[in-house]
Parts: sequence; structure tokens; C-alpha cells
Amino acid sequence: MRGDRAVVTGIGVVAPGAVGREPFWELLTAGRTATRRITCFDPSAFRSRIAAEVDFDPYAAGLTSQQVRRMDRAAQFAVVSTREAVADSGLELPAADPGRVAVSLGSAVGCTVGLEEEYRVLSDDGRHWLVDHTYGVPHLYGYMVPSTLAVEVAHEVAAEGPVALVSTGCTSGLDSIGHGARLIEEGTADVVVAGATDAPLSPITSACFDAIQATSPNNDDPEHASRPFDARRDGFVLGEGAAVLVLEAASAARARGARMYAEIAGFASRSNAFHMTGLKPDGREMAEAIDTALRRARRDPSAVDYVNAHGSGTRQNDRHETAAFKRSLGDRAYRVPVSSIKSMIGHSLGAIGSLEVAACALALRAQVVPPTANLRHRDAECDLDYVPLTAREHRMDTVLSVGSGFGGFQSAAVLTRAGT
Amino acid sequence: MGPSGTAVVTGIGVIAPTGMGTDAHWQAVLAGKPGIGRISRFDPSGYPVRLAGEVPGFVAREALPGRLVPQTDRWTHLALWAARAALDDAGVDPAALPEYAMAVVTSSSSGGTEFGQHEMERLYRKGPSWVGAYQSIAWFYAATTGQISIRHGMRGPCGVLATEQAGGLDAIGQARRVLRDEAELVVTGGTDASLCPYGLTAQLATGRLSTVEDAARAYLPFDVDASGYVPGEGGAILVLRDAAAVPPGAGYGVVAGYAAGFDPPPGSDRPRVLRRTLERALADAGCAPSDVDVVFADGLAVPAEDLAEARAISEVFGPGGVPVTVPKTLTGRLYGGGSALDAATALLALREGVVPPTAGTSRLAPGCDLDLVTGAPRRSAPRTAVVLARGHGGFASALVLRAVRGRDADGRGTTGVTEER
Amino acid sequence: MSGFTLDDLRTVMRECVGVDESVDLAGDIGDVAFAELGYDSLAVLELASQVQRTWGVPLTDTPALEARTPGAFVAYVNDNLTEAGR
Repeated sequence: MRGDRAVVTGIGVVAPGAVGREPFWELLTAGRTATRRITCFDPSAFRSRIAAEVDFDPYAAGLTSQQVRRMDRAAQFAVVSTREAVADSGLELPAADPGRVAVSLGSAVGCTVGLEEEYRVLSDDGRHWLVDHTYGVPHLYGYMVPSTLAVEVAHEVAAEGPVALVSTGCTSGLDSIGHGARLIEEGTADVVVAGATDAPLSPITSACFDAIQATSPNNDDPEHASRPFDARRDGFVLGEGAAVLVLEAASAARARGARMYAEIAGFASRSNAFHMTGLKPDGREMAEAIDTALRRARRDPSAVDYVNAHGSGTRQNDRHETAAFKRSLGDRAYRVPVSSIKSMIGHSLGAIGSLEVAACALALRAQVVPPTANLRHRDAECDLDYVPLTAREHRMDTVLSVGSGFGGFQSAAVLTRAGT
Repeated sequence: MGPSGTAVVTGIGVIAPTGMGTDAHWQAVLAGKPGIGRISRFDPSGYPVRLAGEVPGFVAREALPGRLVPQTDRWTHLALWAARAALDDAGVDPAALPEYAMAVVTSSSSGGTEFGQHEMERLYRKGPSWVGAYQSIAWFYAATTGQISIRHGMRGPCGVLATEQAGGLDAIGQARRVLRDEAELVVTGGTDASLCPYGLTAQLATGRLSTVEDAARAYLPFDVDASGYVPGEGGAILVLRDAAAVPPGAGYGVVAGYAAGFDPPPGSDRPRVLRRTLERALADAGCAPSDVDVVFADGLAVPAEDLAEARAISEVFGPGGVPVTVPKTLTGRLYGGGSALDAATALLALREGVVPPTAGTSRLAPGCDLDLVTGAPRRSAPRTAVVLARGHGGFASALVLRAVRGRDADGRGTTGVTEER
Repeated sequence: MSGFTLDDLRTVMRECVGVDESVDLAGDIGDVAFAELGYDSLAVLELASQVQRTWGVPLTDTPALEARTPGAFVAYVNDNLTEAGR
């Protein structure tokens, strides 16, 4: 292992309410919410009829007709984010040695929209179990295998090193960045395009979260429906989007004079081996992931200046996570600002972890903590400083971002100001 | 915390068209007993492809706890069965190991396709409230890793990689990383089960499935009559341990080298990546091409792809310079489980000192200058095996496996098989 | 409209949600916690979803999860049946 750490030198974002990195940061610091009644399909037959949608025109975003035809919405988000991240990094691609360029892309549900739309046609709206293959589009297999998302990004950056789609449910976006940083640390790659994308807004997604009553039914007040840590929270609000980071070995980034947003100083993941959706109230495994990530970053809990929470807004998650912070950070948990950007951009499943890391990197740049929007009613079980409603200027060197996902996955990443 | 840095495969669980269980699979492979037949899971008569490799005799309700069966897809059922078999084979009681030192890393190619088709059918025929609670945990690609981790109490750094057919090798490569970083035991590999109407229809879209109706002639990699491949279900789950945690000489083999690469984008004039990936894996293993005793090829049976793979192998080993085999000709391609099963077969070959044959292929296509092992097993006492895999879209991976047992002064393996080379 | 009985629930449990080997559903399970019978929260939601479909009972949004035992679940369904009958 070379031991060189990964630094973030480029960021690209497609988020609800904000296509592009700077609009994204502006939305977060303004505390504006992008949740609304679903418009991409008729939601009237569903329990939860709200989501955080991206207003996205693929042509305006620079994609060609063939790309639009071929790519599922999640792939479109990923490619557009990748372009912005690469341009931001100032890297020239294709690289001199494309074999040293890798891709680590996360996604929880792959090409759901493409799969479902084509299913409707092939089955004639569910009429036929023996679907009619003659209606199959040429790119159908590309929708069935989520690895297609990584393929599109790899082609975009001409990567010939390791390319993978990381799919650990709602921690995919954190795990893909952890995996990307590991490829740099072990010396396998010089540049890793790492991030995540998900575009899950479709009837089948809404129906399955309805069935387990995980999403908020607060249909009368969509703008205020995503309420992490609030006493009246009643589930998460689905979202969509992508964030892609350019990761480079710190020494190489420094040598070329690149702007470095942050260093990926530590990462760890654990599983609760408890339940596919349920969380134990004690937050034990998430705390273990946080402890390990901090140890790898050689940081004491007292060094943590900001925690970007998973904060999904379900009853059990926010309780579980609060317990995990207390368990791992001790007294520091009560003194460090903790916030959830899902209050503004919803929960985009696998993508959100990368969007949150992007937010952490931007927070380090601006020395501003994004708020938890909609937090108006204190919950006795959630008694930390969640930065309600308004962004806060705050001195930060070390930030922690955590995620928790179906399947029992618990992940934590530590970002530090590069060079600190 | 991975004190030796060496990953040893100590347990194998196979669930494949060649049979349930490692012994059944190995016997079928040696005997050249095919697992490909007419699709029975649905009526395939309306489709241009009617052959597939199905796992024979697997009844989830008999093989798994009753409460687990309805909540997840067949792909996960197969993996749960294979994971238990692999742990039993390794003689491991997970309850006796530290919870955070055990992890699960699997490959997934297309998730719970059949389960998803059923739920979408309910949604569009009957309405949203007909979609069941388990759709949320059965369809997504992480279902298998999550369920295995829960069933066996494994709380370490678990993962899921999706790189289509290359996924099995990538999962093993990632499992080795996890062992080196922090774990003592990793359950890895992969399975797949997309033999439902929607799954088959999606696979048809690649144009790479064979429409030949004779099961013995449908999947012929490197043959002049190569006509595409046959799909299949199943795969293999392996138990990887750090060498320091097992007695010397125990286990099937060592994961000695691994590398992954990706082809240049369409339109690029740069060479494809398989050769470089293979060379990187050999370098990682500290191995010269002449040290390699057998190559388990990807063998897509699409002529241009066969030629590209044969050239990559010849460029590294010399024309006909290494025995090459494709035992997956008996099972079809198992997507997320395919290269994991190849790795399992290669490990069995190292332990037994036998290179299993490629079924079907009889006349090599022009340009495929390979020493392809056909007809009967070759008792050449292989010590080092390479497994190659490619995934749809440009993924390429290579794994180097090495036998664990010592070799005596006569150059004979300790398995009792005399070398014939 | 006829009521929903414990036997009806047993059928749904057996056919749609599965039973662990160690559990005897035929026994006196009315007051045994779902958790003790091997049914987690997701399983109870799946039971509710199945009953909703097969019995055509529009279950109110009062979380089915509040029913901790098969007996309470049967009562919960019957309350909804009554509501639906009005």
C-alpha cells in the first residue's frame, strides 16, 4: 500500500431544486426545500404522494439524442454530474495512462425507471406474465444490469482501470466513495471518479415504500414533509439525483496545484446483522463504524466539528442515529452541530450518501454548516444540536458523514480540510 | 486483523445447473454431464431462446427457513443455501468468531428479477396497494449480502459489487481487500436467477444469446460454430479466511493475485484491456506466465469476443502455451454467479489435480490458437490457475489462484494424481 | 359481511408470509406476541397488505404494527371491516 490519501478535487451535482454544484450549495445554505407533490407520474392512488424531484432537461444538460434514448434517468444524472466534476477538477481526460483511472459509482436501485417503463410495454400493463419480447428496446439489458451506470461514467472519462457499481442500498453513495478512496490508498489508481446516482421516482418505488409505511404521508404540506429529528416526523420523502467526486492521490493533486476541497481521511462500514429494515435503538453498529473511521483518520471524537447525519426522518432512524452519535462521540455529541440535508432534498436512496459527502466538502470550503430544515418541534429522544432552519457559520477542520441502509448497512466517512 | 495478508479459500458452496453441492458439481464437471435443458420455470415456447441452465431439485421451502422464503427472490434463496453450505464446508461456526471480523461481499448482476416482475404485475393489474411489503427488500441488489449477514450474524464491512459476469471475481478481489484491512473471514462469491420472462427478454436484447435448439451445440466457446451463449442460474459462495487463522496446508487454494480493468470507450483506437488485466493479476501474484498451469477462460461464444480473448491469452502465454478450459459450457453463463462458480471450479481443479474439460467445443475457430482442454479431464496436477471474466459493457477481471498443498520432490502433487504433462 | 377469524389469519400466515419450523400455528396463538412467533414488523405489514388484498378490507392508516399479537390483529381487521361496512 502506498499510503497516499485521496483528496477531492472536483465536485458535480444533480439535485432536486439544483442542477449543478453551486446552485446545490446555495439551496442548502438557504435552507430551501425541494419537496413537492409528485409530478413525474400521477400519484393520486398512493399513500405518499410527495417527493423531491429534479427539474432536469437532459438536452439542456448537454446530452445527445442517442444518449438520452440509451440512458436511464439515473445514468443521465451520473454522466452530467461526472462532466461537471471533471471540469471542476481541471484534470485533462483521457489521462496519459487511462489504466490508472478508475470508477466507483454507487446506486441502490439502478435503472428502475427504465425497467418499469419497459415492463409496462412488454407486459401490456401487467396483462401478460409471458411478456412480449418483440417489444423489447435495444437497451433493455442495460436497464436490467445496474453496472450500466458505471459503464456510462467509465466511457465518459475513458477509464481503463477498475470500474465498479457499488450497490449497498442506501449506503451505496458513501460506500462508493470509501471504495474509491481505497483504490487510491492501495495504489491501484491515481484518479477515481467516485459518486452515486439514483432516479427511483416511479410507481413501483412509491408502492413498495407505501407498503412498509416508510415514506411520509404528509401530502397536504409537501414543502414541510421531510422533518428529520422533529417530534412530528412521519417518514422520509423520496428524492432523486447524483453527486460525483473526482478523487486523486494527495501528492499528485498537490503536485499539479489542484484545488483540494477535502481529504477522505477515514472510512468504515459495518452491518447490523439484525434486520433488513429495522434498526436496534442503541445504534451500536453505526457507532462502531464511526469509531473505526475516526481511528483510520487518526482523529479523536473531540476533533469532530460537524456531523452530516443520515437523518432520514423516520421515527426509528433518527432515534437510532442520535444514540449512535452519543455512543461514539460521547460528550462531543452534545456540542457538535449535526444536520440532515434530506430535510431539503429528500432521500435519494443510494445517491444521497454522495450528495451528503459533496455537501460536507462544500461545507469545509465555505466553513458553513447547512441546516436541518423543517425542524420546529423538539423530540425528547433527539436532543442534540441539529442546526434547525438556518445555516450557521462554523469553523471546521474535520467533518463526519454517516449513512444507514436497508440490508443493515452502516457507514461512516471522515473528511478533513486537505493538508490539515 | 488480516495478520498474514494471505487469503485462503476454506469453504465452497456450489448451487448450479450441474447440481446442488460441491461434490455433485465436481462429479458433473468431470463427467461432462450437462446442466442445460429446456426452460421449465415458465413456458419458453414463445421466445427465440428456450434453453437455459437451471438448478435441478432446488425447492426453497424445503431448503430454507419458512419465514425467509416469501421475503426474498430466488437469487437470494440460492445464495443463502450456498452460503450455509460453504460455511459448513469450511467447518466454521460464525457464532464462535468476533462479529465485526466477519463480512459478506457478494456480486449481483440484476437483483431479484423474478420477484420484481411479480410485484410489477400486481401493481399494474391491481393497483399500488397490491405491492407487498417485501418488494422493498427483495428486488434491490443488496438483498443477498444483507440476508446472509443477518442469518449468520456477520457485522463486519459488507459489500455488493455489480459488474455483470465479472462480478464474481470482483467480489473475491474485494473480499481479499477486506481481509487485509480488518476481517478474519469473508463470505463471498455470487449467484443469479433471472430466468423469468422479463429477465430472459432483457437478456435477449443483447443479441448474444444462442438460438440453437440442440442443448449440446448451443454454447460452443472458441468453436467455429460459436453462436452465442446460453443463460443460466446459480453460482457459488466461498469462505475466505486469513491464512494465519487456518492450519498450514488447509483449504482449497490461495487468492494469489487479482486485477480488474475496463475496455476503452467505443470508437477508441486503444487496445482492449483483458491482456493488461491478466498481466496485472500475474504481477500481483508475483507469478510468471510460465508458472500458470491452467486458464479458466471467459468464453462468451460470440466469435469476435472469443477471438479477442484467445489473442489476449496467446499474447501472454504464447499460442497454445497454456491449457485453457471453459467448464461453464455445462451450466451456461450465470451472470452475477458465473465467475464465482468458475473460481470454485478452478479451486476444485487445484485440489484434485485435474483440469476439467470444455464440453461441446470440437473445432477451434480460426485465430483461436488455444490448447483447449476438451473431451476428458486432463490429470496434469495444476498448481496455479487463472480465471478470466468479462462483464457486459467492458468489464474485465482476472484472478490467480494457487494450490495450498506442498509438492513433493518428484514434482507430484500430494493429491495422489500423477502428472501426465 | 362475515368476520375475520384467527383461522383466516393462520391461512394468510402459512401461505403468504411463511412459518418457521419451530412454530406451531395450530396452537393457541391468539395472545402470543408476533415477535415470539418469528414475525417481525415487516411480516406484520405484509400480513396487513395480504389481508387488504384478499379480503378487500381497506385498512386505515392506523399502523397495523400496533397489533402485537394475532388476536389483536384479528380485532384490528374486524374493526376495519366494520368501518368498511358503514
